Amino acid sequence: MTEPSPVPRPLFHRLALRDGAPIDFTIDGAPARAMSGDLLITAILTNRSDLRRFEFAAAHRAGFCLMSGCQDCWVDLADGRRVRACSTPVEPGMAVVVDGGVR
Amino acid sequence: MSDEPSRVVVVGAGPAGLRAAEVLAEAGLRPMLIDEARRPGGQIYRQPPSGAERPAEALYGFEAGKATALHGLLARLGDRVEHRPETLVWSALENRLDLLGANGFETVEFDRLVLATGAMDRILPFPGWTTPGVFTLGAAQIALKAQGVAIGRRVALVGAGPLLPLVVHQYLKAGAEVVAALDVTPFAAKVRHGFGLLAEPATLLKGLWYTARNVLAGVPVRSGVAALRVEGGERVEALVWTDAGGREHRVACDAVGASFGLRSEAQLADLAGCGFVFEPLTRQWIPERSPAGRSSRPDIYLAGDGAGIGGADVAELQGERAALALVEDLGRPVDAARIAAIEGRLARHRRFRVALEQAYPFPDHIAAAIGDDEIVCRCEGITAGALRKTATERDTREMNRLKAFTRCGMGRCQGRVCGQAAAEVLSRAHGVPVESVGRLRGNPPIKPIPIKEALR
Repeated sequence: MTEPSPVPRPLFHRLALRDGAPIDFTIDGAPARAMSGDLLITAILTNRSDLRRFEFAAAHRAGFCLMSGCQDCWVDLADGRRVRACSTPVEPGMAVVVDGGVR
Repeated sequence: MSDEPSRVVVVGAGPAGLRAAEVLAEAGLRPMLIDEARRPGGQIYRQPPSGAERPAEALYGFEAGKATALHGLLARLGDRVEHRPETLVWSALENRLDLLGANGFETVEFDRLVLATGAMDRILPFPGWTTPGVFTLGAAQIALKAQGVAIGRRVALVGAGPLLPLVVHQYLKAGAEVVAALDVTPFAAKVRHGFGLLAEPATLLKGLWYTARNVLAGVPVRSGVAALRVEGGERVEALVWTDAGGREHRVACDAVGASFGLRSEAQLADLAGCGFVFEPLTRQWIPERSPAGRSSRPDIYLAGDGAGIGGADVAELQGERAALALVEDLGRPVDAARIAAIEGRLARHRRFRVALEQAYPFPDHIAAAIGDDEIVCRCEGITAGALRKTATERDTREMNRLKAFTRCGMGRCQGRVCGQAAAEVLSRAHGVPVESVGRLRGNPPIKPIPIKEALR
């Protein structure tokens, strides 16, 4: 096993740049920035390499199918909502909970 | 035929569902078209969300014309189709569909139903496949198409079908770095069945063109890949693969897109009580479908990849054909020459599909190599070893019994991801044909719904 990297490295890599305004949101309380037109999975994975904790072992998950089939990318929001990140647009001020949650 | 207008519903707004809705609208039936996505097109012609739009040529390449025509269809048909976007059909029973959409929970009754529910990647586990950074090949394509992102900075792509050269080509064209393109099926199979692929020369040429471009771009393109392993704990660090000659190679990367063909999304047909058959060619259970698109239920029709894999062009034709069968079954006039023309094209596509499936056979060696430690059920972390233990110690020989004992197929994905792999593991544990262990029965809700909705 490799050591967890100290600085979160993004997973997704933007190839097509867009004109729209940036969208500010948070991950575990820390500020993060997305682009207008981003789905939540893109917003999170252009900032870090995982989306959520895996409930059944000490591991993280980052989604898998991106077409609403595998259900691997459900994430918690601080307001209590649970959303599927591959089919939910990111919204300004969205507060994503990955490791800082109480679930 | 009664005077009461028939309530006709189409599920799925990909190429099949859109063409079906078009025929039904032209017949004056005003179909309801229900789809999970905000915008029509399905996965193959998926449209980016608002704010992430790009030119059709950049998104769909050679298929831009077809995509644009389908995207414009609903606008052209106007209120002759009742479009219900962002709506999940989570159950089907008798003549009732249970919906969850913008207005919450809703029940819709139908007289006739067209199911055009599409397909997703077929999954087989390999070491490291649940590591963050490993996605399906289809996911790699959607990331690019819907969001203009690559799944990583250095991407390895793995496949067992014609999707692989296409996604590699699309990644290169968009400026991504593809460090390996690995086909787990043998090159010899493509040579052997190349003549059959001439049934659709334009499609064959496109495939060859993508592959040639990929090779010329310097991407290591390999066939007959014998084994795969992802290295890295918190995230993908490398893909280790074994070539046809047994030599191991390691390629550093931060993301992997891997899958092994396609599988039909057939849960609603199952819940509605449609009969299923095992298709040896693609090694999966699919709903019974007549050449005209009729299911085993007289009021349900099937079109597109949701009832056997045929691809987008076939899906459009099947959508049109199934809707014409529906119109005919309502006692309304249909154009016999139009039907004959569609059936002729479908027959030619069928010959091509048979050759294509033989050129990209099921990767038996990947299924046979699933180790005891490997997670099969991604939702709940159930391993192949746990499945094998149940298979032998509890003499489990049937998929739903295996599910009851182990929970494999009971998680959030309802067996979409693990079902076929679990059937491979179970049948091999007993040395019996995969069809003899049956298939996972569908259960509502077919996708997660908030409990407050279900209780209302």
